[in-house]
Amino acid sequence: METLHLELPSLQDDTLSPQTLLHGVVSSGNLEVLVEPGPDAARCVFEVQTAAHGFSEVWQAVLCDFASRHPVGGLTFSIHDAGATPAVVSLRLDQAYQSLRTS
Amino acid sequence: MMTSAPQSFREASARLRVQGLLDAGSFTEWLGPARRITSPHLAALDAPVSFDDGVVVGQGLLEAQLVVVIAQEGLFNGGAVGEVHGAKIRGALLRAIEVRARAVLLCVDSGGVRLHEANAGLIAISEIMRALFAAQAAGIPVIALVGGTCGAFGGMGIVARLCDALLISEEGRLGLSGPEVIETVKGVEEFDSRDRALVWRITGGKIRRTLGEATLLLDDDIAAFRAAAAKEMMGSKTMGDSPRQRGLSPDALQTLEAAQRHLEARAALDPGIRDGQQVWQHMGLGEEVALMDPAEFNRCLEARER
Repeated sequence: METLHLELPSLQDDTLSPQTLLHGVVSSGNLEVLVEPGPDAARCVFEVQTAAHGFSEVWQAVLCDFASRHPVGGLTFSIHDAGATPAVVSLRLDQAYQSLRTS
Repeated sequence: MMTSAPQSFREASARLRVQGLLDAGSFTEWLGPARRITSPHLAALDAPVSFDDGVVVGQGLLEAQLVVVIAQEGLFNGGAVGEVHGAKIRGALLRAIEVRARAVLLCVDSGGVRLHEANAGLIAISEIMRALFAAQAAGIPVIALVGGTCGAFGGMGIVARLCDALLISEEGRLGLSGPEVIETVKGVEEFDSRDRALVWRITGGKIRRTLGEATLLLDDDIAAFRAAAAKEMMGSKTMGDSPRQRGLSPDALQTLEAAQRHLEARAALDPGIRDGQQVWQHMGLGEEVALMDPAEFNRCLEARER
């Protein structure tokens, strides 16, 4: 397994309720993401454990894109990945954000 | 009453199944994902772990009655039982006794023991069985719900059959050795695991209900599972009405004799029968059985069993 830690600037959405939420399932080509309150309102934290080695640059690109598209400052995203493609990573993160907004 | 579109039990994750089965907003999870109680064995093998080790356990309300609910996630390592996963199920079953739950809903979606965890997984299965018997002996009915992608195989197939009631969808499957295992061990001539129709004629919900191994056949709809589980729970009129509890009562002999007669009748089936379709033919049921919806199918079997 390869571990990645990333902290990125992002806007904060005060209307999001501070709660933990799990989205997705660890299975081949898929991932789960646990959303929790983070340490800093101006940044979001990503903790990634992935079965696919050597893709840190791709991860960085996908996570930067997510952090710029949504106000997710003050949140921590912990990911267990079993080889999800970049599109699936984006999709699961978007779905987790959607669930956060609607719950 | 508003009727909403059916939500597939098979397609839903373990978490969505739990939400759909219980009264809205009533679920409290035990050892939730934020606790990060993950498998040390998978980590030692450098394999991906899951925040909940592939099983959701907790308590909630079903028709305003306190129930314990356990739901395996079939997509994580085939719902296989490892040490942590098994301990969570065992603990939830024992907790049901402490909180005096009206019933336990056990959503089995598993290929059996998690091979990565070998003996720890095997021991976990036997611990689950003991805890299940303890809950039943305390008068708490355990209801198995089988309709996930993995079905109920291996040790969890046995666990499902130990339950007081077994609710299954047509898409659900129940067995001991799964199709791929049989094919690997005995060869493709014995069992072609890629022949989906054959797999379902041997292990699917319809044939399992026919052979008396499942209590009821259901539509692949979470609401149908919820309604059937509530009915089973209410049907056990009071605490102490679980069949396992009744087994300790004076009518135990009658219960055993009825089970024996059922097994003898099944053993007396033509030994040449190798397929669900042949079972239905033998029973005098035509090919239309395969096309019956669950309600019609249950009625057809209940009429024969009367």
